[in-house]
Amino acid sequence: MSVIKVENLHKSFGDLEVLSGIDEEINQGEVVVVIGPSGSGKSTFLRCLNRLEEITAGKVWIEGEQINSPQVDINKIRQETGMVFQHFNLFPHKNVLENIILAPVKVKGVDRKEAEKIAYDLLDKVGLRDKATTYPKQLSGGQKQRIAIARALAMQPKVMLFDEPTSALDPEMVGDVLEVMKDLAEEGMTMVVVTHEMGFAREVGDRVLFMDEGLIVEVGPPEQIFGDPQQERTQKFLAKIL
Amino acid sequence: MIADKIAVLRQALPYLLQGAGMTIRLTFFAVMIGIVIGTILGLARVSRNKLFKGLAKAYIEFFRGTPLLIQLFLLYYGLPNLGIDIQSHVAAILGLGLNSGAYVGEIVRSGINAIDTGQMEAARSLGMSYPQAMKFVILPQAIKQVVPPLGNEFIALLKDSSLVSVIAVRDLTRQGRLIISRTYESFLIFTAVAFLYFIMTFIMTRLVNYAERRLNVGD
Repeated sequence: MSVIKVENLHKSFGDLEVLSGIDEEINQGEVVVVIGPSGSGKSTFLRCLNRLEEITAGKVWIEGEQINSPQVDINKIRQETGMVFQHFNLFPHKNVLENIILAPVKVKGVDRKEAEKIAYDLLDKVGLRDKATTYPKQLSGGQKQRIAIARALAMQPKVMLFDEPTSALDPEMVGDVLEVMKDLAEEGMTMVVVTHEMGFAREVGDRVLFMDEGLIVEVGPPEQIFGDPQQERTQKFLAKIL
Repeated sequence: MIADKIAVLRQALPYLLQGAGMTIRLTFFAVMIGIVIGTILGLARVSRNKLFKGLAKAYIEFFRGTPLLIQLFLLYYGLPNLGIDIQSHVAAILGLGLNSGAYVGEIVRSGINAIDTGQMEAARSLGMSYPQAMKFVILPQAIKQVVPPLGNEFIALLKDSSLVSVIAVRDLTRQGRLIISRTYESFLIFTAVAFLYFIMTFIMTRLVNYAERRLNVGD
């Protein structure tokens, strides 16, 4: 069964249509990389998957549950879909450990000791155990993003959504973050990644979606999209960035 | 001559201090009411519920758009006219508190709006409900934004509380005027009254600065 299923997804902001009918299915353990020019709707698409953007029309299912039906408890769905943002959005009034355990303790009701144990395991995973009592302000961008990933993972999500996770980073910080994401992919996490990192798309992606003007123009394995793109718009885009 | 003045002042002082005590009590309770009402109004103003939003806006516009003096008259003289008896100091606390709530509401609203929208999104993306996100993520950060203007608001409230002297509350201003009506020492007594107000606002300013520094520890 597909983990994420999207059917004829439309999204408008007022009169402006940003997504004009997206169909997509993402399977368990798949890493899907979404690329495309800015304004193509890729971030909006991602944000519709956990309803940070309200869906104008169409249907989205996560793990078989339609997330834009009126009966759904969206907070429950969001517990299972972790999200990582371009600008990290760590909670500045809480230290690293508190950032990570806040949602598990307050939302899931995990025992604090247990949550801290999970948090320290995750800090080991992202290589930042020594930063547990540090406040976000004192971290570099790359460190912030790795903490943000750990924070999302602490809810033990079934899907991880990444919204340009390295776009706000200094170039020398990008590698550490991508490394963490690569590990996660290897562990079998289902991931949807909006990014401009073509190297990552090529190396880690199972499939690449090329979006333009609110539509998925071309889908395929990275070798095909980067090696032998079929659509003219894909070719033009790749010619510009590669 | 000077000895006379000192004697007047010495006699007046206990009464003035009594009045200052009343001013402090009125301000304290009005601040409490103002914080409670202001928080509710601020939350209503940023909520997506149109009804709450509209009601909060109407409340704020009414209390900011009409003189405090008239609001006090409405409570103290107006309510008995409708068959509701109200004691003068109750009317004073209510009037000051309801009025202050409107200003605090705007302060709370702008404090919440000053927090980056990414904070709410991050909290919601982790599965927190809107109230949880407000409680654990947004409001703790908004408090820092809110303390300096809130301090100013409460200092203004303490000074505005002198208006309640016209509805028979024995606050500092009224005590001063009562003493003047017996002694005719208006310059001397009003100077003393002004001095006592100044001491109170001076101490409040220090307290607000202290609270600001405390809140800035840690980040």
